[in-house]
Amino acid sequence: MNRKLLHALTLGVGLTPGLALADGVSTAGAVQRSFDPIAVGMFVFFVLVTLVITYWAAKRTKTAAQFYAAGGGITGLQNGLAIAGDYMSAASFLGISAFVYAWGYDGLIYSVGWLVGWPIVTFLIAEPLRNLGRFTFADVASFRFEQAPIRVLAACGTLVTVAFYLIAQMVGAGALIKILFGLEYWHAEVLVGCLMILYVTFGGMIATTWVQIIKACLLLGGATLMAILVLAAFGFNPGALFAKAVEVHPLGGAIMGPIFKPGAPVSTPLSAISTGLALMFGTCGLPHILMRFFTVGNAKEARKSVFFATGFIGYFYILTFIIGFGAIVFVSTNPDFIDQAKLQAGASVITATKGFPNMAAPLLAKAVGGDLLFGFISAVAFATMLAVVSGLTLAGASAISHDLYATVFRGGKANEGDEIRVSKIATVCLGVFAIAVGILAERLNVAFGVGLAFAIAASCNFPVLIMSMFWKNMTTRGAVVGGFLGLITAFLGVVLSPAVWEGIFGNPKGSALVTIDNPALFSMLLAFVGIYVVSKLDSSARASKDRAGFAAQFVRSQTGIGAEGAAAH
Amino acid sequence: MAATSLEAIQNNPKYQHLVATRRSLGVTLSILVCVIYFGFILLVAFAPSFLGASLTGGVTTVGILVGVLVIVLAFLLTGYYVNRANGAYDTLTKQIIEETTK
Repeated sequence: MNRKLLHALTLGVGLTPGLALADGVSTAGAVQRSFDPIAVGMFVFFVLVTLVITYWAAKRTKTAAQFYAAGGGITGLQNGLAIAGDYMSAASFLGISAFVYAWGYDGLIYSVGWLVGWPIVTFLIAEPLRNLGRFTFADVASFRFEQAPIRVLAACGTLVTVAFYLIAQMVGAGALIKILFGLEYWHAEVLVGCLMILYVTFGGMIATTWVQIIKACLLLGGATLMAILVLAAFGFNPGALFAKAVEVHPLGGAIMGPIFKPGAPVSTPLSAISTGLALMFGTCGLPHILMRFFTVGNAKEARKSVFFATGFIGYFYILTFIIGFGAIVFVSTNPDFIDQAKLQAGASVITATKGFPNMAAPLLAKAVGGDLLFGFISAVAFATMLAVVSGLTLAGASAISHDLYATVFRGGKANEGDEIRVSKIATVCLGVFAIAVGILAERLNVAFGVGLAFAIAASCNFPVLIMSMFWKNMTTRGAVVGGFLGLITAFLGVVLSPAVWEGIFGNPKGSALVTIDNPALFSMLLAFVGIYVVSKLDSSARASKDRAGFAAQFVRSQTGIGAEGAAAH
Repeated sequence: MAATSLEAIQNNPKYQHLVATRRSLGVTLSILVCVIYFGFILLVAFAPSFLGASLTGGVTTVGILVGVLVIVLAFLLTGYYVNRANGAYDTLTKQIIEETTK
């Protein structure tokens, strides 16, 4: 189970940490907590506040624009915080700090990968996206094309991305809540699922946004406090912190640079580049992130929001690095946090840490801030999961109601009330799906879910979106063929990779047909080539219509003339 | 939007200038970020000992500096673009809209 958690929590994009792990069940027993009044109290307070916000938001959620896009009334700073809240999952917080705890520098390699997509979003995507779309990225991708095929493609890309991301988050959340609050796993799944359904069905995008903003502030505040407490112990000299960490860590000085061990994040150069591509361009194609750009009033606010988000996320990743090193110094040296039986059985102080691997950050909170900070950080971790799954569910529900129901089944003639009703039903269905699959997948290593989500976002959503905005000659047929090619190859590439083919399906070692950790390098390339070649060869009547539509689309994407304004809804 | 105003915008030299400069800035910065990031990844893959080397004789390594620098640069480049776009480009856009929708 521990292994699964490290996978789930590091958002393992195909990584297989080769840590010597003992039987996870007994470890979970050792740290499974009974009732902790501070943590539970803070969490209940958070839930009450968010429910009040949901009630308030529900009264402001009448139209489709309010439900999907908070009426376009979110400011740049608010949206920047909400984007950061959507993106900084508990997996980043607990997973990366745990990764730094176990491997040192390698954690930073991941952090960098998760950040570098944001500048690309700013330079190429945020503005045209905001100027062309209303509620979903499919609005943009299908702007000048035949609606039904592109909407179906975009909805498939969205739903597959959301489903696998959601499963990875739900399984990670359940396992973590079990440890932090001492709840049964399935209770945790039902609790997370129900709260998420409440937020999204009643409060729509307004409630989801505010849950994410509050969570982002709590997470940034808590992480800042921990980093300050750690650094204060070393006179605010990071060099002294690193020196102490090198002294006490079993790997010694090796933690200050890349570690090449089997299972370390970067196994081969080709895998490193492919994973890098998936992280960078997957960020540009995550539907729940793209959707956030429609909640602001205009392109200016959209740009501001991504600037703030990049700053918050980058700052947060630097904090997690300090927190990971702080844990090496304060957690691995404290006998209270070490399972002595495991230590005597030959485990290192790192792997013998109670609740290893995901507890590094919460235990550090306890070490530097006592029970109060521990309770706070535990509650923040829970809040973080709720915010992320809510954003994902809203994006999935929008793809079903706005793209599939309203545009494809009703040919764009659905009335608004019906469309909102469908999206609420879709939210409940997605919530039930998340709870059910979360419970069924408890014992599976679902880390591939996030790797798959990023690979598909980079290989289907991103190529179709960027080509539709910038390449005049793309046609409906080219987009559909290229997009599905990317989606299917990314999917197969993950299923046939060692992590899934051998790890999940239990096939013998070495039988996986694909050896690369993440298929993005090939699947992304195939998608672009598919779009290019098929569009070039397309001489149908629809194709000339698609190309003719580019001029008007491009002017609107550049100037915002005709774009949905905040007040226009 | 009507066909006439579409053509008017496309023929407006300010519009042509806006599109050309903004696109070249966006593409240049994107390439720069890719070069920085994949340069970093290639260092990790092919020159780990360079990243693991001591920076000034202490335990802090070149890799720590490089990693943090990539994060800071990503943020600064984003800030630079947003600053240009929310300033000069938005002013141009406003002028174009005023000139062509009169």
